[in-house]
Amino acid sequence: MKYLNEYRDPELAKQYLEEIKKTVTQPWSIMEVCGGQTHSLVKNGIIDMLPKEVTMIHGPGCPVCVTPLNLIDKAIHLALNENVILCSFGDMLRVPGSKINLLEAKAKGGDIRVLYSPLEAVKIAADNPNREVVFFAVGFETTAPANALSVIHAHRRKLNNYSILASHVLVPPAIKAVIDDEESKIDGFLAAGHVCTIMGNSEYYPIAKKHEVPIVVTGFEPLDVLQGILMVIRQLEANKSIVENQYSRIVREDGNTAAQKIIFEVFEISNQMWRGIGEIPESGYAIKEKYIAFDASRKFDISIEEAPEHPECISGQIMKGIKKPFECPQFGKKCKPSFPLGAPMVSSEGACAAYYHFSGLIET
Amino acid sequence: MSDSKKIRMQLQCPMPKLDFDVITLGHGSGGTLTNKLLDSGVFDLLSNDILDERHDGAFIEMNGKLAFSSDSFLVSPIFFPGGNIGELAVNGTVNDVAVCGATPKYLSLSFILEEGLKMTEFWEILVTIKYACEKANVIVVTGDTKVVEKGKGDKIFINTTGIGNIHHKAKISEKNIKIGDKIVVSGNIATHGMAIMSVREGLEFDSTIESDTTNLNHTIVSLIEEFGEDIHLLTDPTRGGVATVLKEIALSSNIGIDIFQKDLPIEEQVASACELLGLDPLYVANEGLFLSFVESTIADEFLESLQKDENGKNAKIIGTVVETHPKQVIMESTIGGKRVVSMLPGEQLPRIC
Repeated sequence: MKYLNEYRDPELAKQYLEEIKKTVTQPWSIMEVCGGQTHSLVKNGIIDMLPKEVTMIHGPGCPVCVTPLNLIDKAIHLALNENVILCSFGDMLRVPGSKINLLEAKAKGGDIRVLYSPLEAVKIAADNPNREVVFFAVGFETTAPANALSVIHAHRRKLNNYSILASHVLVPPAIKAVIDDEESKIDGFLAAGHVCTIMGNSEYYPIAKKHEVPIVVTGFEPLDVLQGILMVIRQLEANKSIVENQYSRIVREDGNTAAQKIIFEVFEISNQMWRGIGEIPESGYAIKEKYIAFDASRKFDISIEEAPEHPECISGQIMKGIKKPFECPQFGKKCKPSFPLGAPMVSSEGACAAYYHFSGLIET
Repeated sequence: MSDSKKIRMQLQCPMPKLDFDVITLGHGSGGTLTNKLLDSGVFDLLSNDILDERHDGAFIEMNGKLAFSSDSFLVSPIFFPGGNIGELAVNGTVNDVAVCGATPKYLSLSFILEEGLKMTEFWEILVTIKYACEKANVIVVTGDTKVVEKGKGDKIFINTTGIGNIHHKAKISEKNIKIGDKIVVSGNIATHGMAIMSVREGLEFDSTIESDTTNLNHTIVSLIEEFGEDIHLLTDPTRGGVATVLKEIALSSNIGIDIFQKDLPIEEQVASACELLGLDPLYVANEGLFLSFVESTIADEFLESLQKDENGKNAKIIGTVVETHPKQVIMESTIGGKRVVSMLPGEQLPRIC
């Protein structure tokens, strides 16, 4: 098993699609919460292959999209400080701040490095004792263990020049916020498989029960997504609302307890701002007092005024599934990946960029 | 390049004894240091009658229709699995001339060196250039060396320009592309880009992926010899990868292109690396690779000939030129869905998760 082609088998895909067509009897709106699933849907052309009764709504699970504007401005401010090496995941670089993005800050002389792992940033800090190294620690529960681990490593190595600018967001509160929004009408959810790999499934049971929505923990390969959709539809058609695990080859019921331990060593749950959506209670991680020295937002005196979002960007409505990207009057006009008005047009996980890059067919 | 080949090359071309271990500003001054560097190194290694005249420019004689191409090389790191910047600089320009349907003959070679570059590194690059030229059957006839202060360059930048005669049977032009043309890729995609990525600072990962940089001129000339005007367009999908080049052609020729994901040749290790890093191999840079748009009636024969060549053993037909959806490139995914392939706004950025 090589995990590359097995979950992209065209014959099996066809069988799932036929099964979906056979099962569905009425229109359903299903939200894939995670940007990785949005990416998979559009990259593989799945949306067009689904029967017309099934509408996929693209959720807020794109970390790049929901990182607050003000925090991006802070990262840019830090990057432009001569003594700072700002390390970041790649797709944060093109996200628009209120004036410029990190790529432009790099062109202006900011020392910005694209990394895959925050532990690399700790190494950079050790190698550059005279400079401050800041890791722009964004992401969902998935990236939290590695970001927390970087703090633990830096603490253990007594590095006083390492810190993280953290903006962690959590999936279950976001699902609740979407359900609670009066305008959104989601019948069922595909929960993010990698988030559950870390956190397990337990947080989803009360949501499914209270709000009577099916939630299927789903992977990212085309067959995963198709199977997840089929499982949600089967529940909907049978009037069921339980939590099921499609991604059982990876996700254990309790998740990765070692990773959870690391997360809660460094972070505690806090209220969190979501770009385009607003503040969601208990939907993020803040750094605990014990590790306050590694919190860049407290270590550096950065007070940057809250800038307003671009008035023509409707990213909040898009991430809550109220509108589709091509229903935005600026989609593909003023707002393009080369000139994004808002974050969802940046990362290929962002619903707008995903639509723009891959599904011109849907537009027309 | 294999290690044994590298060792053999270095034994055959031992580094001359020089007064300096590193390049200094003086080596670019045009004075005695420059002359000493060139005398003991560059000229000896690359010696030929035209270069040996050592005039301000080269005296060359050429007749007929020519192809002429120039490129600058600034890869980082300068030594990477499977090659170095010197080889890239020769092969890159040789291939640019070759995809015009020409046989590259002469090269110019200019260096911008950063103060502090190790002499041993410079020498290794020069030796590689010598061998790359021999393999491609081209000679360096003119060039230049400049040195910039430390911090103003990235060890070494190389510019090469190549010139060669267009083959009498070649008729390469975007204007010749026809509806129904088959698109052939000469080998595995994304190999070079991922080889570089595997050693880039901060992103290193363990792999044995090696760059496929090589000269393609002999392969291309023999295809032109055999198929002549039935080859409508040749192009090398370097920066921006296969996707960007196809989109550029679709836009400028006002044609539609259909490609099929299942037919894209890609080495398993490269595919896995792209998957892990969240990169789309269609947009990753290539080196020893070219795309051909050929008359549909000869496509199978063309593929067969190409596959017999070492540089084309993994060649595949990946798509077709179509009348529907002009200016659009559409890819059918492995599972049968369709998506538009567009250009990226800039460099491909690795995704968070």
